[in-house]
Amino acid sequence: MGRYFHSEVHIQSPWHQVLAAFWQRYPNPYSGHVLTEDVLYREVTPSNHLLSRRLLTKTNRLPGWAERVFPAHLSRAVYVLEDSIVDPDTNTLTTKTWNLNHNTLMTVVERCLFEEDRSRPSWTRLRREAWICSAVYGLARPIQEFGLARFKSNQAKAMRGLEFALSRIQTEVAPHLHGNQGVSSEKPLPPHHRPRPHPPRNLPSSTMGGRGIPSTLVAIGWHVKREFLVSG
Amino acid sequence: MNSVGEACTDLKREYDQCFNRWFAEKFLKGDRSGDPCTETFRRYQRCVQKAIKEKDIPVDGVDFMGPNKDKPES
Repeated sequence: MGRYFHSEVHIQSPWHQVLAAFWQRYPNPYSGHVLTEDVLYREVTPSNHLLSRRLLTKTNRLPGWAERVFPAHLSRAVYVLEDSIVDPDTNTLTTKTWNLNHNTLMTVVERCLFEEDRSRPSWTRLRREAWICSAVYGLARPIQEFGLARFKSNQAKAMRGLEFALSRIQTEVAPHLHGNQGVSSEKPLPPHHRPRPHPPRNLPSSTMGGRGIPSTLVAIGWHVKREFLVSG
Repeated sequence: MNSVGEACTDLKREYDQCFNRWFAEKFLKGDRSGDPCTETFRRYQRCVQKAIKEKDIPVDGVDFMGPNKDKPES
């Protein structure tokens, strides 16, 4: 029947910055298992939605018992597709991610929704769901349990990776432009597009909250609201 | 970050840079004046699609937003 995972996270950064970080999150210190990243398709629809498809290749790390049972799978990386829709009118990003190979062993489908927190516009809410299924006769349950454990570990890394990309984007605004502007303003920084040195722009004199250089979970202010685990 | 086609990484980075700038400065701000990244995307795609075929990666014919999943009955 598969396993189902659901979580909700509140990110203390505005939606436009979270999106910039979403595109720029690889590589990061927590993504050693992600080997390659490619955009295969992009389109802006007549309704102004941005559709994208990314191909990722990831290592396939299995527990020892599975390595003994499925030796042929070790040699191939996992190909993962991530399809996404950005709606800039409702400030939502919807993603669907799933593996293209190793499906006989396990299929993991993840759906994410990033949306601006209406009650707190400088925050973003991320709702994540995953369905983990295996069809291997006689071993589906332990494979699904392993898959669920690995998914939880990977999504924790994904959050840290997103936070890393966010802090990189936020600190790349040249520090000397913050100067003596104070730390009490809640105004978000304008979006910054690329984690590479660039000449500073003419930015408004505002800072992002009172965090100084945000480089930790506490600084960015993740707040995991609740996690639901429902067995199927 | 590397491309799945080893020869495509530079083209990928050039495209990413263009896209990230367009996304933040145009798309999210409601500027629909057109896509400045068409040519760099085309160059990048020529390379990466070739690598995908060579590596036999099964991306063809996969529906956008892929498999449909409903929540399980509670």
